[in-house]
Formats: sequence, structure tokens, C-alpha cells
Amino acid sequence: MSANYIAFKSLLTKEVSRFTRIWLQTLVPPAVTMSLYFVIFGNLIGSRIGQMSGFSYMEFIVPGLIMMSVITNSYSNVASSFFSSKFQHNVEELLVAPVPTWIIIAGYVGGGVIRGLLVGLIVTVLSLFFVDLKIHNLAVLVISVLLTSTLFALGGLINAILAKSFDDISIIPNFVLTPLTYLGGVFYSLSLLPDFWQGVSKINPIVYMINTFRYGFLGTSDIPLIYSFSMIFIFVAVLYSVAYWMVSRGIGLRS
Amino acid sequence: MKALVIKNLAKTYKGGVEALKGINLTVEQGDFYALLGPNGAGKSTTIGIISSLVNKSSGSVEVFGHSIDSELELAKQHIGLVPQEFNFNQFETVLQVVVNQAGYYGVPKKLAIERAEKYLTQLELWGKRNEKSRELSGGMKRRLMIARALMHQPKLLILDEPTAGVDIELRRSMWQFLQDLNEDGVTIILTTHYLEEAELLCRNIGIINHGVIVQNSSMKALLAKLNVETFVFDLALDSAECNLDGYAYRRIDDHTLEIDVIRGSELNGIFSQLTEQQISVLSMRNKANRLEELFIHLVSGEAKD
Repeated sequence: MSANYIAFKSLLTKEVSRFTRIWLQTLVPPAVTMSLYFVIFGNLIGSRIGQMSGFSYMEFIVPGLIMMSVITNSYSNVASSFFSSKFQHNVEELLVAPVPTWIIIAGYVGGGVIRGLLVGLIVTVLSLFFVDLKIHNLAVLVISVLLTSTLFALGGLINAILAKSFDDISIIPNFVLTPLTYLGGVFYSLSLLPDFWQGVSKINPIVYMINTFRYGFLGTSDIPLIYSFSMIFIFVAVLYSVAYWMVSRGIGLRS
Repeated sequence: MKALVIKNLAKTYKGGVEALKGINLTVEQGDFYALLGPNGAGKSTTIGIISSLVNKSSGSVEVFGHSIDSELELAKQHIGLVPQEFNFNQFETVLQVVVNQAGYYGVPKKLAIERAEKYLTQLELWGKRNEKSRELSGGMKRRLMIARALMHQPKLLILDEPTAGVDIELRRSMWQFLQDLNEDGVTIILTTHYLEEAELLCRNIGIINHGVIVQNSSMKALLAKLNVETFVFDLALDSAECNLDGYAYRRIDDHTLEIDVIRGSELNGIFSQLTEQQISVLSMRNKANRLEELFIHLVSGEAKD
């Protein structure tokens, strides 16, 4: 086994055991929140809305809600874990060791992705109590959820690197991530919006992720698949480059 | 072989504080080296740069021939760091702390557990291996940081005040442990505020003050510079006023007398004069640690090389 593989495995195991150790704080709340969404928006209100893009409202919103839980959990896992390590100075354990920058990023992002996927899986299982989910394209589903959770885990890492207090790691999720997710087409089809707002919505990266993921389940999307995947790839590449530059330069980590 | 070579190392922090002003330092392989200085002198900055926790402004650092600029990962592989502050994850168990750290250095888990047993046993922590690290006492936490730093078996161990706040009994057992490590070939750099610790353990010494190395020599050579020692005599309570010809002395209170004695000279003269004056001496001791006196002289600028 190479030293890098052992280092990656150590960091990833540590990250996964961190969020599973506090499962009551990390895995249960999103399950409860999403169950309420299913009951209120899907069953109670959704039954009065009727069909959306040719599907029942419940079928339409489930992929978006799963993706929403993946996004918020991937992001918050890395943001809180990395910032806590910075705050308690135990990130120094990694900084003094001969761990390459890309392994540090991969370890933390891997932890975020696993939590995002685990929460996504829990929400998916819960949704089966409310709707009969069918998979249209498994490959699209898997690739889009992996890329999206990677993207937001990278975002959480950058946030944690720049944060100076615990307040700083809640500003982005509360004031940027949540509005973008709600306006990203979780609850409605972009085709319902006037042309101008459709154009504005396309600036929102979450629109591409939710539409791609929804295509995996329903086979329908407001945006062409190739265009969505290209945008997600570009976002991942840009955020990875920024994170790599910051960690290797020691920004926010070294004096 | 040089364990550490520092050339013209300088560090200016963002606020403009010049922590290091171009220091030069060499530590030989196998040495037990004391890096001393008052608070804010630049010790921790120097250690931070060597262990890549602080970015240098200029200069170079080589660890066993590997530059931290061009071969950082190789240089890091040789260093074990015991920092001043507790910086392990307080929610992890003792065993998790040390095994995870070994993993970051590429040590396979099976071997890491073997080494954990070895070092935690030597440092009397094996029985605590499944306890959360935050539940350990201060002394145990200090020992845990030493065990963690040894998990990848570094050739250079840097200890930044490892015995701060540790009781004397435990401090002595840690001294013995460090001496054994040094005898096994590990080069050790130690910073401490307990100067008797440095005097007892270290063969060579560097004193840093205001970002400049003001002394870099062997411990023997440094201590040889001290030509006056002060002794404190505890006198019987009813002792009369005394008059000591040929000695500088001070009567501190009714039963305490301080006398400066030129190094190497006999003390018999003092006792003769005190006996003639019918002054009873109950006990006698050195006023301060020898190194402490030199240290104070050096950092206050009263003595020069």
C-alpha cells in the first residue's frame, strides 16, 4: 500500500467516523425535515397543484428534495469539520505530515460526499413511503449526484478555509445556498417562469444539478443534459483549483 | 550529518512584527539541543517554520539534507513535532489520536497499532488507550503528544515546552524517556522555560532574543563563562551582624545572607569568618540555577559573547 493511499484512508475514515459518531446531529435532522416536505408539499399541498411537466407534483419534487439534502449535507459536513479542525488546531496534525495537498482535499471532500450520499439515500428510502419512484437513467443519476456532492463539499472546504469564526461557516449556507436551492427548480419547472426569469435562473448552478438529477429519475429536464454536465464539470474544476491553491499556499492555515 | 541547517531565516508577520531577523543555526545528528529565549523571542516561529506551520519570509531550512522549499515532504518525514498547545482532536480516543497520525505518515494500521502499544506503554498511557483524549490529565495529554510525534519514528524530534505544567515526578520520568530516545539516535531540539531541564538534558544550546541568536555554543562552554556564583546561607535566628572580608555579601533579613563567590574558589574562608563571629549556618544553597543566571544576563544584554 502506498503512503498516500494510507494517508487518504486514515483521513477519510476519521471523517466518516466523525459524522457517524454524531448521527443524531448529522443524519436524523435532514430525514425529519425532508419527511415534513414530503407530507406538506407533496401530499397536502401537492395534491391540489396537480401535474408538473407531465408528472404528479410529488414525483416532480422528490428528486429536487433528495438533491437539496445532498447539497446541504455535503457542504455543511466539510465546512464544520474542517473549521473545527482549524479552530482546535488539530489540522496541524495534517499540515506537519507529508500529506500532499490533493490528499487533504480528497479526504475532507470524500467525507462530505459520503455524508451527502448517505443522507440522500435515507431521504430516497423515506420518499418511497410517499411515491413510487422509478429510475429512468441510473448512470445520469449516479454521475450527477456524485459531481454535485463533490462540488458542494469543495465549496464547504473553501468556506472553512476562509472562515474566522463559527458564524462565518453559517453565512454561506443560510444566505447563499438555501436561496439558490429554493430558486433552483426544486419546487417548480423553469418553464413556468417568464423568459426573463428563466434566463436569470440559468445563472444559478443548482438549476443544472437538480435538472440533471431529475432527468435520471423522470427522463425530463428543463436544460439539455450535455449543457448541464458541462456546467457542473466547470464548477467542480474551478472550485478544486481554488481549494488546491488555498491549501498549498496555507491560506487561512499558516501564519 | 547535519540534522538541521538554518540559514538567514527571517520572518515578518502581516502586522509588521519582525519575529526572526535572519538567524543561522546548525544542529548535528544525534544532538540534544536546547533552544531557549524569553516569551516572544522567536522560538515558536522558528519551530513553526521548520515544521511548515509558519511560512518564512526568507532564508533556508534543511532537515537531514532536505530543503523545505524543494523537498518538503521528505523533510517532513524526518520531523516529529510536540507543540506547546494541545492540538489533538479532543473527541478521539488516545489510540485513535496516535494511529491516525501514523496513517498520515503512511504507516500501515497493523504497524501503527504495534508502535502505539510500544510508545503508549513506555509513556504509561496504554491503559488509557480507549479513553477520550479530553478526559486525560494535563500530564497525560503532554505524554500523548510525545507518543503521537514518535509514531512515524522521526530522526528529529522537536519539543516545544513539553514539560510545561507537569509535576516534578512526571517531569523526571519524561527526562529519562527523552534521554533514552536520544541515546537511541534521535536528534532532539528542546525549548523550555525550566532552565535546569535544559542544563541537565542538552549538550548544546542556542539562545534567541528579539529574533536574533545571541548565544550558540556547547552547554559546557556556556556554563564556563559564569565566573561568579551566589550562595544563600540560612543563619540561626539569633545571629549577630557579620562582616566578611574579601567577599561581596548582602544581609537579606535576620536569618538570610547572600554571598557572591568567584567560581572555583574555596568556601572555607567564609565558614571560618562566620565561625569566628559566632554565626551559626543552618543550611546553604545556590541562589539560582547557573544557566538561569547566564540566561538572564544574555537576554538582558549584560553579557556578550
